[in-house]
Amino acid sequence: MNRVSSLNLFGPLCVAASMMVLLFILVPLAEMILQPSMADLVETVRDEEVMSAIGRSLSCSGAAAIISCIFGTPIAYLLARAQFRGKKIIESIIDLPIMIPHPVVGIALLSLAGRNHPFGRFLHELGFTLLGTTSGIITVLTFVALPFYINTAKAGFQTVPKRIEQVARSLGAGQGATFFRITVPLTWRHMLTGFIMSMARAISEFGAVVIIAYHPMIAPVLMYERFTAYGLKYSQPVAVWLIVICLTLFLLLRVVSAPVGRHND
Amino acid sequence: MIKISGLIHNFSGFSLGPINLKVNTGEFFILLGPSGSGKTVILESIVGVRRPASGEILLDGLNVTHLGPEKRHVGIVYQDQALFPHLSVRENIYFGLRYQKVSPENPISIEMIIDTLGLGRHLDKFPHDLSGGEKQRVALARALAIQPRVLLLDEPLSALDPCFRGDIQRLLKELHASLGTTFLMVTHDFNEAFYLGDRVGIISRGEVKQVGTVNDVFLHPQNEDIGTFVGMKNIFTIEDGALLIGNLSVPLGTYSPTGACGLRPEDIEVSLTNSFPAGYHVGNGTLHSVVKQGYGCEVTIASGTTHILAFGDEKTVRKKELTLGTPLFFAFSPDALHHFPE
Repeated sequence: MNRVSSLNLFGPLCVAASMMVLLFILVPLAEMILQPSMADLVETVRDEEVMSAIGRSLSCSGAAAIISCIFGTPIAYLLARAQFRGKKIIESIIDLPIMIPHPVVGIALLSLAGRNHPFGRFLHELGFTLLGTTSGIITVLTFVALPFYINTAKAGFQTVPKRIEQVARSLGAGQGATFFRITVPLTWRHMLTGFIMSMARAISEFGAVVIIAYHPMIAPVLMYERFTAYGLKYSQPVAVWLIVICLTLFLLLRVVSAPVGRHND
Repeated sequence: MIKISGLIHNFSGFSLGPINLKVNTGEFFILLGPSGSGKTVILESIVGVRRPASGEILLDGLNVTHLGPEKRHVGIVYQDQALFPHLSVRENIYFGLRYQKVSPENPISIEMIIDTLGLGRHLDKFPHDLSGGEKQRVALARALAIQPRVLLLDEPLSALDPCFRGDIQRLLKELHASLGTTFLMVTHDFNEAFYLGDRVGIISRGEVKQVGTVNDVFLHPQNEDIGTFVGMKNIFTIEDGALLIGNLSVPLGTYSPTGACGLRPEDIEVSLTNSFPAGYHVGNGTLHSVVKQGYGCEVTIASGTTHILAFGDEKTVRKKELTLGTPLFFAFSPDALHHFPE
C-alpha cells in the first residue's frame, strides 16, 4: 500500500520540484526586468556607453566562442574517438576553468602575460598586450568558454558510430575527408550548441575580466561599476538590455540548431 | 587473393591468432564461428581499421598491413549497414567514386549494380525511409561501386527480418557469380555458409580450426567443438574403450578406443517399433521431450542416464499423440557415427 502511495506521489513531486527550480530562476530575473520604468529603459538604450559595452560583450564572447570552436574541435574529436593512457587527466584539465574561481583565471593569465614573465615580455614584443585590451578580454573569455564547447562537441562526436567513419575510409576517403563529409554533417547541431553554450558562458563572465581589463568595459563590468557608483536603479536597465539581447540571440541560434527533418539528426 | 600470415591481435583481454588463411581470387569464402570468436576482428584487420600486433596481410600480392583503409581498395558491408544517414541513397552509393578510380573497362558498371540490386526507384530516398533489406542492398551497392579487390561481409544477414534474408542471400549468390569479385563473409549460421560458400573456415576462440569445402567441414569436422558447431548435437565420450549411447553399446570397430563420437539429430531415426534397416545400431528409451521445429519435431529420448536428441516427423510424434514417457526405439546407420580421436 505504502509502495503504491509513494508511486502515485512521484509525478506530482517531480512537477513541484521543477516548478521550484523554474521559480528560483525566473522570480529574481522577472523582478529585475520589471523594476526599471520604460523611460529608464529608453534612456539607457540611448546611452552610448551602455550600447558600446553590450556590443563589446557580444563581440568578445562571439570571438571567444569562435576561437573555442576552431581550437576545441580537434581535441573534442580526439577525446571522443581515441583511447589512450592519461585521457581522464586531460579531460579533468579541460574542465579546470569551470571549477577554479574566476578571479584566479584572471590572476593566472595576468601573471603569465605580464611584463615580469618572459612569456609576457615575448608577447609584448610581438605587440600583444593583455592588460586593458580587447585581446585580453577575448583571451580570458576563451579560457572560461573552452570547456563548454569541448564537452558538448565531444558528446556530439560520440553519437556518430565509429563504423560509419570506418566505412567512409574503406571507400577511399582520408581521415580529413571523412571528418568533413561524414562526421561534421552529423554533429553540426552539437557543435552549434557548444558554440552557444561557450558564448553564453563568456557573456556572463565578470570575475576574470575585471582583473585583466576593467577598461574597455564589457556589460557585466559596466553594470558592476554603475551599481557601486550609483546604486541598483542605475545598473538594472543595463542588465535588462543585456538579458533581452542575449535571450533573442540565443533563441535564434536554438531555432537554427533544432532538427527539422529525420535525416538531419 | 587474400593471404593472412601469422596475424595476432591482443586487446582488452581478447587475443586472436596467430591466424593463417588464404582466400583464392574470385572465391566466396565463409568464416564461420560463434559470437566472440574473432571473426569481425579479422575483417577489420583486412579492411585496415584495426592494426594487428603482428603478422601480415597481402591483397593480390600487395602487402597492405601498414596501409590506411582508404588505400586498400577493400569494400565492407556490416550487419547494421552503417549507411550515411545524412546522404541520399544515390549519394551513399556514389560516395566512394570521388576517391577511388574505377576502371572504365570493367564490364560491370555502377548502373548495372543498382539495377541488379533493384535500387533504381530508391535513389532519392534517405536511409531512414528504407526497410532493413533495402538498406542492406544500398550497403552492398556502395561497397561494390568502387570495384573493390575484395568484398568483406560482416554477418550481412543476421540483422534482417527472415523475409528479407532469403532475398539478400540470393542476391549475394547472384552478385558473386556475375561480378567474380572475391567475397569473404563472416557468419555464425551454418545454413548461410552451406548455401553461399565455396569454402569455409571454422574459427573458434581466436583460432582458425579447420578450412575446407563446405561439404568437407560438414561431413568431417575435425573435433568435437567444430562438430557441435556444424550441427552434431549428440556427442558421446568413449570411456574405458567402450562407447555407450544410453543403454546401447556401440562396437568401436576400426575406431581407436579413445576420444568421442558425434551423431547428428537428423541421422537418428525414431520409431515405436523396432523396424529399422538391417545393420543399424538400435537402442531404446523413453520420450523425454518434444519441441516443434518447423514441419518436424526435436525429440529428446532418455536412455539410461543419457539424453539423445533426434528429429522426428509429424507422423511419428504428433499424429500418434505420444505422451512423455512413451517407450521408443532409436536407430542410426554406422556411417552416421563420426569419430573424434583425442
